[in-house]
Amino acid sequence: MDLLTLLSNLSDGMIVSIQIFALTLVLSLPLGLIVALGRMSKNPILRNFVKVYISFMRGTPLMLQLMVVYFGPYYILGLSMPRGYRFYAVIIGFALNYAAYFAEIYRGGIESMSVGQYEAAKILGYSKMQTFFRIIMPQVIRRIIPSITNEVITLVKDTSLAYVISVTEMFTVARAVASAQANMMPYVAAGVFYYVFNFVVATVMEKIENKLSYYR
Amino acid sequence: MSLLEIRQLKKSFGDLQVIKNISLKVQQGEVVAIIGPSGSGKSTLLRCATMLESIDAGDILYLGESAFKTDQEGKPHKVTGAELKKIRSYFGLVFQDFNLFPHFSVMKNVTDALIHTQNKSKEEAYDIGRKLLTKMGLSEKENAFPFQLSGGQQQRVSIARALALNPKVLFFDEPTSALDPELTSEVLKVIKSLAKEHMTMVIVTHEMNFAKEVANHVIFMDEGIIAEEGTPEEVFGNPKSDRTKAFIKGYH
Ligand SMILES: Nc1ncnc2c1ncn2[C@@H]1O[C@H](COP(=O)(O)OP(=O)(O)OP(=O)(O)O)[C@@H](O)[C@H]1O
Ligand SMILES: [Mg+2]
Repeated sequence: MDLLTLLSNLSDGMIVSIQIFALTLVLSLPLGLIVALGRMSKNPILRNFVKVYISFMRGTPLMLQLMVVYFGPYYILGLSMPRGYRFYAVIIGFALNYAAYFAEIYRGGIESMSVGQYEAAKILGYSKMQTFFRIIMPQVIRRIIPSITNEVITLVKDTSLAYVISVTEMFTVARAVASAQANMMPYVAAGVFYYVFNFVVATVMEKIENKLSYYR
Repeated sequence: MSLLEIRQLKKSFGDLQVIKNISLKVQQGEVVAIIGPSGSGKSTLLRCATMLESIDAGDILYLGESAFKTDQEGKPHKVTGAELKKIRSYFGLVFQDFNLFPHFSVMKNVTDALIHTQNKSKEEAYDIGRKLLTKMGLSEKENAFPFQLSGGQQQRVSIARALALNPKVLFFDEPTSALDPELTSEVLKVIKSLAKEHMTMVIVTHEMNFAKEVANHVIFMDEGIIAEEGTPEEVFGNPKSDRTKAFIKGYH
């Protein structure tokens, strides 16, 4: 099989990988902030509930979590899920998992802000919402970008875990083609794909980081 | 009516009673200097007056309007909502360590609250900002960021930021003690010029000569009470209590 056919075989898988990546980020970045706020809540029930959630998400393999989300509805609740659920299960699993990691990053950033910033905002008449979104979060984002970059790069590689519930992302396709043809090439192509993907991601993150570095 | 009146204020942190029983009045146009040893409760008093701290007893009134409401058990609670917003608009506070917003330019530091909390248009806010920055000798710096400024410049930006909201009274908590000595005078000069314009100010300071020069009224605080107060001539020239004498002597 020539390279072009190989690539066209793999390209469907690539698109799925990119979809998992993008949807996970779009969902888990905001969800992580909400989880972080719950983790810092004054309400002890909410705070501890969120703490346990984060601890499970970080303390068990993502692969296992994907399987729970996919098979759970049937084995635990007896629900038979529609056909396309496979893909949604991946997105739900990834979003819930990454939200937990992002939440801890947000929390670290928010807790590193000095009370002086809050007090100055209060004296100047900013509401709680305005203080959070105008004064606190822009500085937090700037501080946590390097940690976010680490997670995002891990996510690129983690998308391959979707193979455990047979979602046909890049890695699943590469494996199928490789074993059908007894050929290493698909793996090489997959490796190149992940590397280029990560290279692009790292470049974009660096651009963002530079853009936010206009102050100290 | 007094611009600010504090009535029998009490404030503790746990078992430590920091403000024991303080009453004072500040009239329109007056400059009050608060001096006293470290730990005597000066910052706490300002933080109570600017509603950054809750209080245990007493009342704080701006133009006769109470900033606290007392419940059945006699415990004061901050007013809320529109009332709180109104009371807050009466005062500004300049912090010892500036607390500028590092991600905002100088101009944005000064004007952002005008635009987002007082609904002024950007043009209007920038006009106000430019005038104030010129007055602070910072017209060249409007596009700079706080990290690019000296401490003295940063403190002047924070004074401009407070003035932009047009407060009736401006509180200062040791505005020069985070500064190198050679930068102190530029900030004190600005405060003196505000005093000439009859800006009402309450200034906690360790700069005795400055207090003597700028204040109409001096309060000497010691261990959570006002140990002595009067005109600068009275407090510095002819202090009545031994504590005041000893304290002032320590500065010469
Ligand atoms: N948030 C707090 N929690 C507990 N104790 C506090 C708190 N704030 C102040 N104190 C204590 O209250 C006392 C008075 O503090 P305050 O900062 O008002 O003194 P000060 O007169 O401003 O002193 P300085 O001249 O050093 O600034 C000190 O003993 C201080 O340790
Ligand atoms: Mg103090």
